[in-house]
Amino acid sequence: MIDAYKGFVDGVWSQEINVRNFIQKNYTPYDGDDSFLVGPTEATLKLWDQVMELSRKEQEAGGVLDMDTRVISTITSHGAGYLNKDLEKIVGFQTDQPFKRALQPYGGIRMAEKACLENGYQVDPEISEFFTIHRKTHNAGVFDAYTPEMRACRSSHIITGLPDAYGRGRIIGDYRRVALYGVDRLIEDKQHQKDSTRVIMYSNVIREREELSEQIRALQELKKLGEIYGFDLSHPARDTREAIQWLYFGYLAAVKEQNGAAMSLGRTSTFIDIYAQRDLEKGVYTEEEIQEFIDHFIMKLRLIKFARTPEYNELFSGDPTWVTESIGGVGIDGRHMVTKTSFRYLHTLSNLGTAPEPNLTVLWSVRLPINFKRFCAKTSIESSSIQYENDDLMRVTHGDDYAIACCVSSMRIGKEMQFFGARANLAKCLLYAINGGVDEISKKQVGPEFRPITSEYLDYEEVMHKYKAMMKWLAQVYVNALNIIHYMHDKYCYERLQMALHDKDVKRWFATGIAGLSVVADSLSAIKYAKVRTIRDENGIVVDYEVEGDFPKYGNDDDRVDAIASEIVHTFMTYIKGNHTYRGGVPTTSILTITSNVVYGKNTGSTPDGRKAKEPFAPGANPMHRRDSHGAVASLASVSKLPFSDAQDGISNTFSIIPDALGKEIAVSGDLEVELELDEVENNE
Amino acid sequence: MLGQIHSIESFGTVDGPGIRMVIFFQGCPMRCLFCHNPDTWQREGGMQKNAEELLDQFERNREFYIRGGITASGGEPLLQLDFLLELFEKAKSRGISTCLDTSGICFRQEDPRYQRLAEVCDLVLLDIKQIDPERHRHLTGHSVFPVLRFAEFLDRRQVPLGIRHVYVNESLNPPESLQELGRFLGRLRHIKSLEVLPYHTMGISKYEQLGINYPLKGVPAASKKEAQDARRQILMAIQEERKKTF
Repeated sequence: MIDAYKGFVDGVWSQEINVRNFIQKNYTPYDGDDSFLVGPTEATLKLWDQVMELSRKEQEAGGVLDMDTRVISTITSHGAGYLNKDLEKIVGFQTDQPFKRALQPYGGIRMAEKACLENGYQVDPEISEFFTIHRKTHNAGVFDAYTPEMRACRSSHIITGLPDAYGRGRIIGDYRRVALYGVDRLIEDKQHQKDSTRVIMYSNVIREREELSEQIRALQELKKLGEIYGFDLSHPARDTREAIQWLYFGYLAAVKEQNGAAMSLGRTSTFIDIYAQRDLEKGVYTEEEIQEFIDHFIMKLRLIKFARTPEYNELFSGDPTWVTESIGGVGIDGRHMVTKTSFRYLHTLSNLGTAPEPNLTVLWSVRLPINFKRFCAKTSIESSSIQYENDDLMRVTHGDDYAIACCVSSMRIGKEMQFFGARANLAKCLLYAINGGVDEISKKQVGPEFRPITSEYLDYEEVMHKYKAMMKWLAQVYVNALNIIHYMHDKYCYERLQMALHDKDVKRWFATGIAGLSVVADSLSAIKYAKVRTIRDENGIVVDYEVEGDFPKYGNDDDRVDAIASEIVHTFMTYIKGNHTYRGGVPTTSILTITSNVVYGKNTGSTPDGRKAKEPFAPGANPMHRRDSHGAVASLASVSKLPFSDAQDGISNTFSIIPDALGKEIAVSGDLEVELELDEVENNE
Repeated sequence: MLGQIHSIESFGTVDGPGIRMVIFFQGCPMRCLFCHNPDTWQREGGMQKNAEELLDQFERNREFYIRGGITASGGEPLLQLDFLLELFEKAKSRGISTCLDTSGICFRQEDPRYQRLAEVCDLVLLDIKQIDPERHRHLTGHSVFPVLRFAEFLDRRQVPLGIRHVYVNESLNPPESLQELGRFLGRLRHIKSLEVLPYHTMGISKYEQLGINYPLKGVPAASKKEAQDARRQILMAIQEERKKTF
């Protein structure tokens, strides 16, 4: 066994690229509490002060401190950048300076130009010309192939947020492979894959060979990135610091090339813990040093920045990068996967203070150790910065080495990827069904010219019948627009480094999404259980609705309407599945418009549930605001009836509760026995 | 049998362990000066539910209540003792954890139904409004003795007890009352928790809606710190008493 692997338990991981096997053979579950954790070092505090100072300057400058306008970002495009070279234990920035945003035109030159322009910068005209005339972008490719119908759907916002002008993201490279195997071994593996492709040159074989060549080139550049910072990534990492650094370089190379809508990290804490555990046992590093490496690593992740337009930031309420890291969960052999480093990652929220990024996500299971649960609760109370997801639900499909991309999209690391597909506005689709494909705002014929509903009062059977036909049409336009988008993204903006950190045969999830579910459920319920009168403009187009009487509303654990919501999800998914998907993508859908629900609402006319034109939708799968009147459990119960099997890409429910309603502070109630004993101790002293 | 129910909270986290379905009973004989739920005083009103209905509603969402159960609160649940017994007995037979939030004011030693009740309560949250008989009568309009007898009765039957006490200010909760309360509690063996809740004024709007005069008009809300200090005084008195007793 080579030196770097001394002390590790051997397994198939040493014969083949198999990080999961390495983790399962070597990790140490930790059941203890948080008392072993240590605070930040002086260097950490100093560096963080510097970051806060730069953040302040960035805010003062209007949100962007500096932008690259000349150098096109590639893995090796920039020299080394530091905050303070002497203090940083983990190094590397996207450009040669912290807080300087890179120029990434491959997704679309216009978006890159706009991002610069609106922040007060201008892309070098030569570069603009180059990417307009000589080198086509993903965005240009997509618009060459779009049909007029797709364009109309896009501009009327019945399909929204399509990744046709920016990077699609949602692909997680297995960055751990860089640390465990070193780049040379990974290149060797990819070379073998290339040597063993089929030899009759069908177009898919040609594409495969070209992509593998690109992947190998990206890995070679990754080694150069290491050299720029003075590291040799060709060999496996030998200790904790190298493991974190190697892994981070893998991630850094990815974000230097891709400005994706979500650039998630994966599931790294338990992997890193194996190195930390070995180094602590051998006395190579102390707990202080290990925590410092992790603090510096997380600090780097917090400083990932992209050049984006104000509209983009408006849509996503901020400047999110979705550097999601998945922590914890339970293994399929029944052992939980919480390690000391799971604690250490979460502890950065106290060592560095709270932050939205990286998006630390705990894969929650009832079987997580109680001390870890307590620590999560405590850290959540202090920081409000932890996301929780249901491992017991996702483990069934994804096993125990999956991670979350963006906010909820689960995928097995290095084995599955996703074609991100934004979302279809099902509320608007319902209005199209009523108006025979005419958009209620622009009054243009966008959908097919089906017969509109002409009656004064809406009839449930008639509306449902027409709605299904309209959903079927929408699914078809939507999936085919996505087929174009992903074809062109692969062609002009291929994620070569991220895909180099995947297996050869990758499962591709073809992600779609739904917006406006609760609007639709309540609308159909109103039509079915109350009376809904149409209000028409001079051309007979329905522009408003009047609801007479009461009706069951989604979010109250009432099966009459909850069943409608489930049926809509299932029906739409069935129509999605009825279409051809690019590259054998497996269709999934999500119900998770966490922030963009406001924008979708703005672009949708009045709906039969009584919601007025331009009013926001509820986020994700949430009940409409104030319509859930039977308490939290009833509201959650309605959401939990939605079929996960039809919405495997995730169902989100945004739930706010005042802290006092979540239980009492220990100071008010307390554990009487413990306190009485404690007091006695105090008195005796 | 039908119970007169004021309302139901499906996500109760402050009335007993875990997440609980809290059933607020309609009707209360007490007229505590600081009451923040005057809308539960009248015996009429609210809705009528039978035990099966309530328990079915609970079981429908049982996943949410893994470490919780049902809590009967109010109002004063003991006013509808027969219904309460049926509810709790049926809950126990379905394996549902039960918690009773009560003032204990209706307790009568000679009533055999209380024997049955003690057998089906997993936890009783007992509100002791005041320990001093005079002050108790002033504060609630009733004698304190049934409350204290109920505490002792439950303690003898080894029913876990959580004590709740509202702290208003030094004139309504003078140190000697707090100490006396502590000494009383120090003689009980099955107390699991002691909550001292700072008096708040959030109930005022309900009084206005109901057109009732608010008795503590002008009395400011107590701070969390005052409540903690009061709690500490009670705890110290418990300790002293325990040293004597055990």
